[in-house]
Amino acid sequence: MFSNLSYPVLQAYWWIIVSLLAALLIFLMFVQGGQTLIRQLAKNDKERSLLINSIGRKWDLTFTTLVTFGGAFFASFPLFYSTSFGGAYWVWMLILFSFIIQAVSYEYRTKANNFLGRKTYDTFLFINGLLSTILIGVAVGTFFTGSEFSVDKMNITNVSDPVISRWETATHGLEAAFNITNLSLGLAVFFLARVLAMLYFINNIDHSEIIQRAAKTVKICSAAFLGFFLLFIDLILTREGFAVDPDTKVVFLEKFKYLHNLLEMPLVLILLLAGVVGVLSGIFLGAFKISSKGIWFAGAGTVLTVFSILMLAGLNNTAFYPSTFDLQSSLTIHNASSSKYTLTTMSYVSLLVPFVVAYIWYSWKSLNKQKVNEADIENDTMKY
Amino acid sequence: MDHFDISLVDWSRAQFALTAMYHWIFVPLTLGLSFIVAFMHTIYYRTRDEKWKKMTKFWMKLFGINFAIGVATGIILEFEFGTNWSNYSWFVGDIFGAPLAIEGILAFFLESTFIAVMFFGWDRVSEKFHMVSSWLVAFGSNLSALWILIANAWMQNPVGMKFNPDTVRNEMVDFFEIALSPTAVFKFLHTVSQAYIVGALFVVAVSAWYILKNRHLLFAKKSILIASVFGLLASLFVAFTGDSSAYDVAQTQPMKLAAMEGLYDGEEKADLNALGFLNNEKNNSNFKGVRLPGLLSVLAFKDVNAFVPGINDLVNGNAEQGILPAETRMKKGKISIQALADYKKAKNEGNEEMTSLKLKEFEENYSHFGYGYFENKEDIVPNVHLTFYSFHIMVGLGLFFILLFAWLLYASLKDKIGKSKLLLRISVWSFLFGLIASELGWVVAEVGRQPWTIQNILPVGVSTSHLSVGSVQTTFFIFLALFTILLIAEVKILITQIKKGPEEGGSHV
Ligand code: HDD
Ligand code: HEM
Ligand code: HEM
Repeated sequence: MFSNLSYPVLQAYWWIIVSLLAALLIFLMFVQGGQTLIRQLAKNDKERSLLINSIGRKWDLTFTTLVTFGGAFFASFPLFYSTSFGGAYWVWMLILFSFIIQAVSYEYRTKANNFLGRKTYDTFLFINGLLSTILIGVAVGTFFTGSEFSVDKMNITNVSDPVISRWETATHGLEAAFNITNLSLGLAVFFLARVLAMLYFINNIDHSEIIQRAAKTVKICSAAFLGFFLLFIDLILTREGFAVDPDTKVVFLEKFKYLHNLLEMPLVLILLLAGVVGVLSGIFLGAFKISSKGIWFAGAGTVLTVFSILMLAGLNNTAFYPSTFDLQSSLTIHNASSSKYTLTTMSYVSLLVPFVVAYIWYSWKSLNKQKVNEADIENDTMKY
Repeated sequence: MDHFDISLVDWSRAQFALTAMYHWIFVPLTLGLSFIVAFMHTIYYRTRDEKWKKMTKFWMKLFGINFAIGVATGIILEFEFGTNWSNYSWFVGDIFGAPLAIEGILAFFLESTFIAVMFFGWDRVSEKFHMVSSWLVAFGSNLSALWILIANAWMQNPVGMKFNPDTVRNEMVDFFEIALSPTAVFKFLHTVSQAYIVGALFVVAVSAWYILKNRHLLFAKKSILIASVFGLLASLFVAFTGDSSAYDVAQTQPMKLAAMEGLYDGEEKADLNALGFLNNEKNNSNFKGVRLPGLLSVLAFKDVNAFVPGINDLVNGNAEQGILPAETRMKKGKISIQALADYKKAKNEGNEEMTSLKLKEFEENYSHFGYGYFENKEDIVPNVHLTFYSFHIMVGLGLFFILLFAWLLYASLKDKIGKSKLLLRISVWSFLFGLIASELGWVVAEVGRQPWTIQNILPVGVSTSHLSVGSVQTTFFIFLALFTILLIAEVKILITQIKKGPEEGGSHV
């Protein structure tokens, strides 16, 4: 079935898959958001333990989604992998460091003789929650604002200096955090992750005081999220975008490019609006009705919103990873993608994804039959 | 010339080696222990005997402690291909990215989803679903090994691809040739089976320690019995698959084989250098020790009379055997690289005749492409001493494990396991030997293939990202510090849990 698709269609298909994975990742980063809330929402050790164990059963899934997102991006758009990771080195390294310390913290925090002490592991969780959300947002922001790099594949024939992708700033990616558009997206992701975490707690935990506190804090964080999110949307819709001429493949700056994309792809506009409505109704349900359904609305809304934002960056003749140093070095889904053969092969593999989602869903349901409460956690010999 | 900065290449290699070798401290135990846990869980499921439940929970807890740090170190490796091997990621990403993505989709999700069920499923899900989850974890972790090893095998023996001069990279043309290449099959079988050795040795070491301390005797004896059966089968299989791997190396990476054996002058009826030392001479008098006549030819080509090329043959050429000198290959490589540049130029200028001429020239010489980047013929030789000793210690330990498991099994069946203090002491230390053998296996595989990242196509020096040496040094030391601290934490927690023992499998801290 995939072998009949044309190359550009396959490239778009893979942009969609990668964007979906990214969208799921941002949703699942409620785990990271939760990690920044432990101190704020819990008043004693038992409550802390309750919160940590509630998100702790999901951390591995977020982590695995990140890893799979990386693998899928590598397989489908290898030039992005080599240009962005090797260039914006420090941003990605900081993100990675924060995930290393996260991965051990749940398992080790309450184990006897754990060397660093529980406080350190809880701090690790906090750092991961803070850094990874903001920096991943910043990194995605550069899809719209661009970075300073150059790409010349033919350099491989330059025996004395065979560099394909070259980053042109010595700060290697850290500069991206000082751009207001990128930063507003970073902070929006950070507050969104916290909002989602609180909606998740309301759904998952059986503890009325924590839920009261969460419902209150959701309101504040939602306001912050909305502020930064609207700022970001405003900044990208009004800025010049990185357009590609479909015939000559020349990249050029177009005024209101992302606004045009939104209007020229009405389906994306609908998805974006649906997403925003979803997030808002989720917040409303959680904050004002204390309903456990909030997370589902806000979660689905997050996936749709992130997904449609990424559609704006990559489809409709747009360069998804623009270079402000040399426009013609910008990466598009056409010049950065894998070969047709590889994309076709991987497309068959992608058919397994619904199956994977189905068993994840089934296992979650089996494990989450009841809400978690303090007694339940205390009695669990495998608790974190 | 800044890119060919040798210290940038070396620091990038050091960082990759550091992170890979840390990852590899934990992975074999995950692979091996996951099956042992699943096995015990099944016995519990069948017998509903509380003793087996305790055993299962105990080993499961140790598994979890190890798993967390395995995951923490693994994520780095995946992203390092981009962060530190940027040229590489474009040049072969069309092929190499696929197994990594498949690993995520097929294996990691399976593992991480069912690990949650395995840990938290007690009394929450049906007992059958719970038991099946333990098997799915074992299956998932071994499946992840399959895909990453396919990726690694492909770097050693790049098949199923073709260079596309228009996109300037290698592209996949046959997925199944890559996934099922003999190199990949042997690598997978050898690596997972050696992981079962490591898992079995871990169980043996912990149990032997209990017996020495006169604690949990019944538990310990049962565990040793299971582990020694599992371990004996695995270690016999490892010897067999190791032999197959060596055979495969002989066919695809003759230089690595020569380095593994310290063979400088190729010969027919080549002897196997079994036990001994190397000096620095660059001929066959470099080895002092026991030689097994003719055996290397048998090992490498299944034929006593076969000619096994030595390092000197591969560097200087051997006309009789049809081996090209490295300098000739370097020349052809340079021709190939230049032809690619000319092809592109001609194509841009619309000169069709020149385009097809240059393309032909390029393709004729492509099998030497990577050699074009070298300056000296000696550049193609890996570190012989490191490869040689690593290989010999690994094989020696492999033979030792066969004896050890046989002895343990015999003692278990005769119910004499508590009698020999010597056997128990050796058993406690054997886990460390298992890890050492395992790490050395990778040193053989990865150091022995130097200077190539992709055999004959891409040297390490041409694979790196364009970074400052200082950046890579900084991240190297951060990784070193972070991983070391976490390793210390892991070991302390493990030891504390082991000291507490399985009886407390019911309590948390
Ligand atoms: C407990 C660990 C262990 C033990 C006892 C052995 N091996 Fe091994 N060996 C490995 C662990 C390992 C490994 C870590 O799994 C490697 C590294 C890369 C690979 O494919 O497997 C490996 C690689 C490796 C290679 C290189 C493959 C390559 O370069 O692609 C050869 C030729 C052998 N082994 C041969 C043997 C032989 C003949 C053994 C005799 C008993 C043996 N190994 C025991
Ligand atoms: C986890 C087990 C592994 C260990 C312990 C290991 C060990 C090593 C070592 C010691 C080096 C440095 C060699 C040198 O510079 O002299 C190295 C390099 C490297 N290995 Fe591995 N390796 C492992 C698995 C893999 C796998 C599975 C892949 C690919 C899928 C891989 C790809 C590389 C790359 C790209 C380099 C850097 C380039 C080079 O120096 O050759 N390694 N590895
Ligand atoms: C150098 C190449 C390698 C890369 C890029 C890599 C990547 C990773 C990543 C990203 C994880 C975390 C997965 C998660 O989120 O659950 C991981 C864990 C794991 N990897 Fe590796 N890995 C490499 C080498 C290997 C090798 C050679 C094997 C097996 C033969 C292996 C087996 C595993 C297993 C079983 C896990 C599960 C966690 C654990 O073992 O503790 N890896 N790896």
